[in-house]
Amino acid sequence: MTEPLHGLLNRDPVVAAAGADLLADALADQAVPVERVDWRPPPAGTEEALARVMGDPRRSIANATALGLVLAVSPHLVDVRPASEALGLEPGTFLHAGPPIDWERASGPLRGALIGAMVLEGLAESPEQAEAALAAGREITLEPCHGRAAVGPMAGVISPSMWVFEVADGDRRAYCSLNEGLGKVLRYGAYGPDVIERLRWMSAVLGPLLQTVVRRHDPIDLGAIITQMLQMGDEGHNRNRAGTLLWLREVLPALIDSGAATTDVAEAVRFVAGNDHFFLNLGMPACKLALDAGRDVPGSTVVVAMARNGTDFGIQVSGTGDAWFTGPAQVPDGLFLGAYGPEDANPDIGDSAITETAGIGGFAMAAAPAIVRFVGGEVADALAATRLMYEITLAEHPSYQVPILSFRGTPTGIDVTKVVRTGILPQINTGMAGKVAGTGQVGAGLVNPPAECFTAALTALADAAPPL
Amino acid sequence: MTDLVDVRRGLYRDSVSLMQVSRSLQQVPGVSAALVAMATELNLDMLATMGFPVPEGAGPNDLIVAVRADDDAQAAALAALDAALARPAPGTGSPGPSGPSGPSTEAPARTLGAAAGRSGANIALISVPGRYAFLEATDALEAGLSVLVFSDGVPVAQEIRLKDAATARDLLVMGPDCGTAIIAGVGLGFANVVRPGPVGIVAASGTGAQQLCCLLDAAGVGVSHVLGVGGGDLSAEVAGRSTLRALAALDADPATEVVLLVSKPPAPEVAERIRAAVAGMATPVVLGLLGRGQPDLSAVAVEVLRSVGTLPAGGPEWPEWPAPVAQQPRSGALRGLFCGGTLCDEAMIVASARLGRIWSNIPLEPGWALPRDLRAPGHLMIDFGDDRLTAGRPHPMIDPSLRTERLMAEAEDPETAVLLLDVVLGHGAHPDPAGELAPATRAARTTAGTAGRDLAVVVSLIGSDGDPQGRDGQAMALRDAGAHVFTSNADAGRHATALVSGDQP
Repeated sequence: MTEPLHGLLNRDPVVAAAGADLLADALADQAVPVERVDWRPPPAGTEEALARVMGDPRRSIANATALGLVLAVSPHLVDVRPASEALGLEPGTFLHAGPPIDWERASGPLRGALIGAMVLEGLAESPEQAEAALAAGREITLEPCHGRAAVGPMAGVISPSMWVFEVADGDRRAYCSLNEGLGKVLRYGAYGPDVIERLRWMSAVLGPLLQTVVRRHDPIDLGAIITQMLQMGDEGHNRNRAGTLLWLREVLPALIDSGAATTDVAEAVRFVAGNDHFFLNLGMPACKLALDAGRDVPGSTVVVAMARNGTDFGIQVSGTGDAWFTGPAQVPDGLFLGAYGPEDANPDIGDSAITETAGIGGFAMAAAPAIVRFVGGEVADALAATRLMYEITLAEHPSYQVPILSFRGTPTGIDVTKVVRTGILPQINTGMAGKVAGTGQVGAGLVNPPAECFTAALTALADAAPPL
Repeated sequence: MTDLVDVRRGLYRDSVSLMQVSRSLQQVPGVSAALVAMATELNLDMLATMGFPVPEGAGPNDLIVAVRADDDAQAAALAALDAALARPAPGTGSPGPSGPSGPSTEAPARTLGAAAGRSGANIALISVPGRYAFLEATDALEAGLSVLVFSDGVPVAQEIRLKDAATARDLLVMGPDCGTAIIAGVGLGFANVVRPGPVGIVAASGTGAQQLCCLLDAAGVGVSHVLGVGGGDLSAEVAGRSTLRALAALDADPATEVVLLVSKPPAPEVAERIRAAVAGMATPVVLGLLGRGQPDLSAVAVEVLRSVGTLPAGGPEWPEWPAPVAQQPRSGALRGLFCGGTLCDEAMIVASARLGRIWSNIPLEPGWALPRDLRAPGHLMIDFGDDRLTAGRPHPMIDPSLRTERLMAEAEDPETAVLLLDVVLGHGAHPDPAGELAPATRAARTTAGTAGRDLAVVVSLIGSDGDPQGRDGQAMALRDAGAHVFTSNADAGRHATALVSGDQP
């Protein structure tokens, strides 16, 4: 016969205590092991919604289901194609990062990127003409990348002639643009002639070349690269150096053997090797592919997307379908390039927070000691940052591990209820775009979502939960 | 104002630390612009944008330093630069005294679920404000822990949801409003240190269970476990959900030879369920149902002693310490000031049998309710542990100051003839209640004496020899202050009642 109450009466108690210290002290006085909770009340007014969602009998199983689906995804790079073909983008349709937004409310870097994309697509002859057309809005459609199984870093603008990576697991697909490099680039809102010229080269030379290579190659296991890069000092958002080199190593023989002009091959290799963030645009769709598998599980409180459009920060939650819960995007706190300062920075922008949503990036800060200056300067701060994220997540990733934490799996699966209960907001590592269209990158640093995204999601989850 | 541009070949720092170096340079007074960066194409462009001359032949593995500063600030800027660059590159520093992943760097858990995961805990002790207790308790149950909810003020719908969730997972919810438990020898909440023994207690009354533990211990009989279930468990809505699980667990426990259920009389339909459960148990059950017309706690203790076969001939003698000067009958009002709700209730039942109406904030009859100011002429008893008096402040077993204030006020009242007080010892309680109450007793008696009155003080002391405060030392301190000290609350109530009803006690 099994012992009733899981053997409660037959073993020496070990206690976890939340509340009055005195009661925990009384246990310590009896030499009983006590784990004390640093408990703090959730924000006023959230008690009822929290109780309803915590009391939702579906929640625990729904979260296990959603996370099981997310963690079972094995992302592979299978193709490189023009966005028109891969995403069915029509001329005049532009995808952008973050929740839906119109031109009126779009921030400088998003406007800059849209202007550049108009010029790239030949829909405008000059930036001024592009801006006027975008402001008029006729025959122009703006849609979030997330709505088409895609993600884009920073402004995240994808137009029909741009090429995209196609990442797959079985029938699932996720897409992302090719990374342009750093500094004055479209995704940071720059749209000068050099930016457009680089994009044209990417569509004319780089994209087709990578297509040839990827199609000749077996599907490239991006999950395996992410696993390895985390053990080589990358966290997968602000540092992708090892990942980029691992990926390049994987495709290099096929590139050399592609039959393309050696000057093109050399240029492509130089471009990829010279851009430490090239792998970001492969890690992001890998994360997107996994998280999309966890969508639409009724009762689940798992966050499946965090994304910013430079004006609003938005999240999507498994149990609430395609609804976005938004709040004002914050200005990151960080380090600035050259003479730029906080007053030059645009509020948070980009779909790249999909990495944190999937448990890497800022959540794996402890894996990237080389960039600890972002979190206060010491390795201990990076460890603390990652450890804190376990407080708001439901699982530890079985493959993505942090060596310095004894290969503990990264904190994965942000739980809306845990965020609201603890007041701990997800930590996001991010680049910073100049707020004036055309500026480009001004720095990099740390940012959090606004808390109201999570309280709004909680309210929607409570409305969908059965009454207590 | 001078521009200084310098190339340091082969010196590598990562871009993040260089941004920090640039920032520290920009903060030097007299510096108007500074860039310290690896000489990548991008950074060289930026250098040009900032108006600096671009050095020839510098590549991505070379460090460029560009500073625009007042002439007299140049030296300070270069010193700041050298200091900043002299710091080890990130990632090469020592990991600190506790080692790279030293446990000392781990911050405390922020939720019970997280704490449970870290420690392998099997019990959660929750004393957060009542409106949040459900969240933590749900979290703990999902992590596989049984839960003691010390908090009060938890809505009954939440209590039911918790208890059903516990049943589904074969766990136990003790509470809400559960003041005491002893599990495998460990006291949780307010708990006395008593010997191990054959009696398993299921208690919907915390101080009632404490009284019984202490009386049994004084008679040489110990307890196997005390499982609190919360004051509301036997209500019609909650329907004994935890009581039934606790009874079954004790029935299966080899160390438990007799089960004692301590509760106010349950709702009738609940009583039927309990009776049916008890009838199906292999272990004998003693019911201690508290109420008018029912045996008091001390009588229940006697019944338990009889059932385990250790009742001495002539019945047990509960320890007591008579006042230094024998207390004599007098006219006037009996005033009871309590920390324990069940103790107050029992004292009122004992007293009202002789005295009739007793005003109270937990009255025996609706018409006997004290007004909000808790003042009334005649006999009255106050439970300072009642929810309405503990909102936003510690329980009077921990902080007795509210009761002590009232004690002094009663001493001023010419009508007060007898003061009846409870003192509860054990884990969680005040470390030295007599240290506070004995001087107050002395002062109260002096105040009354100065006004020409003899104030009789009667104390019901709930404690054991093993309690950290030491029962006998506490008793003697209170006796030396002029009180008559009982360990049986019912006896204390009877003695106090006799003093004001004209009988010889």
